[in-house]
Amino acid sequence: MHLAYPAVLSALLFCTGLYGVLARRNAILVLMSVELMLNAVNLNLVAFDVWLSKTAEETLHSGQALTLFTIAVAAAEIGIGLAIVLAVHRNRGTSDIDKLRDTAEGHESEGHETDTPATETGAEKAEATA
Amino acid sequence: MTTTTLAVLVPLLPFLGAAAGLALGRTAPGFVRPLAVLPTLAALALAVVVAVHQGGDEAVDAATELTPTGSVPIELALHIDGFAALVAVLVAFVATCVQIYSTGYLREDPRYPSYAALVSLFTSAMLLVVYSGDLMVLLVGWEVMGICSYFLVGHYWETPEARAASLKAFLVTKLGDVPFLIGLFALATDAGSFRITRVLGAVANGGLDHPTLIALLLLAGVAGKSAQFPLHTWLPDAMAGPTPVSALIHAATMVAAGVYFIARLLPVFEASQAAMVVLAVMAAVTMAGSALAALAQDDIKRVLAYSTIGQLGYMTGALAVADRGAAVFHLLSHGAFKALLFLAAGVIIHATGTNSLAAMSRMRNLRDRVPDAYWTMTVALLALAAIPPFSGFFSKEAVLGAAEHVTAGHTGHAPAAAGWIVLVAGLVTALLTAAYAMRLWLLAFRGQGAEAPDHGRQPVTMTVVLWVLAAPSLALGGFAYQSFPGWFDGGDLGPTLTTSVLGTGAALVGGIVTYAAWRHTTALTARVPMGAVAAHPEGDAGQVEAEAIASHAPAYGDVARAADPADPGRLLLGPLHRHAAAGFHLDAAYSALFVRPVRAGARLVRFLDREVVETYVRGAGTLPRWLGVAVRRAQTGNVQTYVSALLAGTVVLAVAVVLVATGA
Repeated sequence: MHLAYPAVLSALLFCTGLYGVLARRNAILVLMSVELMLNAVNLNLVAFDVWLSKTAEETLHSGQALTLFTIAVAAAEIGIGLAIVLAVHRNRGTSDIDKLRDTAEGHESEGHETDTPATETGAEKAEATA
Repeated sequence: MTTTTLAVLVPLLPFLGAAAGLALGRTAPGFVRPLAVLPTLAALALAVVVAVHQGGDEAVDAATELTPTGSVPIELALHIDGFAALVAVLVAFVATCVQIYSTGYLREDPRYPSYAALVSLFTSAMLLVVYSGDLMVLLVGWEVMGICSYFLVGHYWETPEARAASLKAFLVTKLGDVPFLIGLFALATDAGSFRITRVLGAVANGGLDHPTLIALLLLAGVAGKSAQFPLHTWLPDAMAGPTPVSALIHAATMVAAGVYFIARLLPVFEASQAAMVVLAVMAAVTMAGSALAALAQDDIKRVLAYSTIGQLGYMTGALAVADRGAAVFHLLSHGAFKALLFLAAGVIIHATGTNSLAAMSRMRNLRDRVPDAYWTMTVALLALAAIPPFSGFFSKEAVLGAAEHVTAGHTGHAPAAAGWIVLVAGLVTALLTAAYAMRLWLLAFRGQGAEAPDHGRQPVTMTVVLWVLAAPSLALGGFAYQSFPGWFDGGDLGPTLTTSVLGTGAALVGGIVTYAAWRHTTALTARVPMGAVAAHPEGDAGQVEAEAIASHAPAYGDVARAADPADPGRLLLGPLHRHAAAGFHLDAAYSALFVRPVRAGARLVRFLDREVVETYVRGAGTLPRWLGVAVRRAQTGNVQTYVSALLAGTVVLAVAVVLVATGA
């Protein structure tokens, strides 16, 4: 199979995921889009590993090994991410990202002083991991 | 033990006593008094032993260099000649008396432990100055005395007078110490050594390149320390300290250090005729001016303070005519009788509850209340007025005789002009000294009016010390003038006929005129009632004195004078009285010349700092603040906006990398 097919597929997947992260309002859908992006990368890793191992005399298949790591990390990430979204939803009654703007300049938090910052930083961490 | 070991112990013992006193003051109050008195007493014994060993023979020299300095070496050196040995005995003697007296004087004072430790440290510093053979080590003791005087003068720091006086004492002496330090450096650079023996050797070989400059710089420091015109103004104000401290500062330490320093380095000053004339003029102005001022003071201790300045003037006068034997002779006898005068004044202040002579002159029978102080003070005042055969007579005649010797042009060391200046000023001052001594005695002990208050007997530690000091005041001069020349340079210290007759005559005239004036004015005492009584007559002497000092200005309108028409000094001085009481307005002149310009400068600096410098700082802060406001607008709280910006940035960077990589 020519390298172009998986590469193009991966690029399409990545772009779909990126669009989802940038455009979706629901936090769960944003997390799902992040997963799409991660899997696009996984696809790339596997495809290029195969392509490189064709010419090499000896190979460790490090691309495929790295993919396993990524899958494990992605599982953990989605677990934490969903837990945070759940907690935010319980606390605020919504998981709409547009309404979670507590870190905006000049924002005054109303009565959630104790747990709001924790959830927000948690959400940001999830974002950063993605 | 060798003489050197003993001599090292003399300054060391009071120092260790001071350290131990400071360390144990709170935890073991029982040890404070022994720790104050015993080291000083031991230092006195050792100083006597050192003096006996030295015996006026060849000077004892010992030195050890701690570490090479790279340029002029600094050594821990001892140089004990006859002068050093005798002055050390005086210092230790007076300090012991003061420590014993203080145990009674400040017996209820809560700050006594630190006070006693500071007195010990003060003594130790003075002994270091006396024994030191290295100018830098001498300077260490010199400066330690400065800081100790600051703490001790400010002992009653609850009163504003004491706070102001301690600051003034410190600042004025430091004003002299700065040129002094520069002078020491210049001297060491010219002579190539800080060792006194080598400096003197270099002077003898004509090795000094700038003798006048060095001598004048050193003179500034001496004027500050020894309270000579024009840096004497701190000394009368320093009376705000406790009386034993005044006795210590005025008799043995601090003020004596300046005179002693010139005596040690006299050849350096002799190398410059100009410096000798300046010294003579300084001495003459100091003597005459302080004696006039003493005649107008109302505070008994301020009278004594001005008299100290005057007697120090005699000593510098003797140095100006190049006779250091006479100067140190007067230093020794003055140390004894001035310590006695102050300590007796402390007893009187305790007994009467006031430090004002005007109030004392309205008390009957004060001499029966304090007989010890009465008799010993009479002896000390006779010594001060230089009436034969008291010790002051012999030492003052030695000074006048030396001046008379120089006027005849018999010596090449000092210009004849200096001799005339010192002689004339000395005779005028002898008259004035007798006048104010007489005034003090009459006002304090011949008062009329209400019965003097009776607080019971004085503590025995205070009265015994007076008699101990009375012995040298009475007899030191007569016994010493024959034996001292062997300890000093060998010059004759005996009284000569001309100056004896002139000096004693002047003193008698001064005393008799004052007595006549007093007879004339004393009838007025009853008409103008005056008085102040301390609030705590049952308190210890220190507390009574602190209250007396604090109440003098409110009661009489000024710390220095009282509007008392019965004062013979007012009659004698006439229109001059007002100016003399204010110390010839020198404080006001200094205030106009130095204090106000400095204050104006401080205000200018504050304006520059507040209005100019801070404007720049605020201006520098404005731009980042505006930038910050602009950047903060980007923080919307919407995570997707942030990610979009991140993506845009990544794309831009990726494109840039691709462009650079392809070389486009």
